[in-house]
Amino acid sequence: MAHHDHIAAHDAQEHGEGMDKKRIWSVFFVLLALTALEFLIALGFVHHWGILQKGALVNTIYIALTLLKAYYIVAFFMHLKFEKSSFIVICSIVFIFIVYFITLLLIEGGYLLHHLHEHPLYPNK
Amino acid sequence: MSTTTVSHLDKVKDGPWSGGKSPWNLEYGKIMMWFFLVSDAFTFSAFLIYYGAQKFAQPTWIDADKIFQSVPGIADSGQPLVFVGIMTFILIMSSVTMVLAVEAGHRNSKQEVVKWMLWTILGGLCFIGCQAIEWSHLHHQGFWFGRNPATGLTDPDAIAAALQPYFTKEISYTAALQFSNLFFTITGFHGLHVSIGILLNIIVLFMTLNNTFERRGTYLMIEKVGLYWHFVDLVWVFVFTFFYLI
Repeated sequence: MAHHDHIAAHDAQEHGEGMDKKRIWSVFFVLLALTALEFLIALGFVHHWGILQKGALVNTIYIALTLLKAYYIVAFFMHLKFEKSSFIVICSIVFIFIVYFITLLLIEGGYLLHHLHEHPLYPNK
Repeated sequence: MSTTTVSHLDKVKDGPWSGGKSPWNLEYGKIMMWFFLVSDAFTFSAFLIYYGAQKFAQPTWIDADKIFQSVPGIADSGQPLVFVGIMTFILIMSSVTMVLAVEAGHRNSKQEVVKWMLWTILGGLCFIGCQAIEWSHLHHQGFWFGRNPATGLTDPDAIAAALQPYFTKEISYTAALQFSNLFFTITGFHGLHVSIGILLNIIVLFMTLNNTFERRGTYLMIEKVGLYWHFVDLVWVFVFTFFYLI
């Protein structure tokens, strides 16, 4: 147990670099700014002032901002950016399946949308 | 003959995969936490992708701005996105305090670790409280697992009238039911993860107070629990986008 903890302590020291207090707060302000931007678009541009409409454009913007926030959380708060590159690859490459799944279900959803209501028993009460 | 050449087969291997140390210079528990989080990300992705598939396969859907437009204690309607914005801010803040706890752990500063862990736990409890308020608000309006405000009604006009406030385009009982089931399931699953995270944070706080990490010489456990907490925040970022924005 002591030997294991010694190795753990050694590892911890080697990973301490990269996220000092200044970096932590600056990443927080980035996340805050991205969230504020999302709200500015959703509450301001779309809801109150009507400059943008709900649709594919704003949805794409939301998803892009969300992915950006996800990157900052995973890379800096979860420290993944500072790990060995092979470990980063192992944790990220696997999400290619998710991209495939999203594409597949968007296609399926689109098909259902266009063809289901043609069926005489469509139960849309 | 003072030097002897060692045959290639007898050389001691010291590459990352040759054994004796962790190949990625990470402690075993930390690697396993990452692997668990990747698998959990798949589960949440599956739920959210299913939500998207259902939503975009329907000709109409509940308007999020109409169903979530109250701020508890301040406004009963007309304020979409405000309350969920507060919830998102609380969770991101608790993520920041968690990173600060980890950073304090690197400097072996026990008092600071305790302080930041307390703030993180408080943030988590506030978030769960807000989610509970959101749930009870929807429940009182008639939404729940397997039911919406029009469940039990037979007259089509009554059904339309019951669901009218939540739709912008045409009304659909099926869409309202789908939304209700998916909302409570996905946010419930996320809330379960937040609750477990709060529990882990409390356990680790007590371990810190009992000097467990001082004895071990490392606050690595705070890092591992911190990874879980950041994952919870990460999932919320996606849940929030899918349910409230898109």
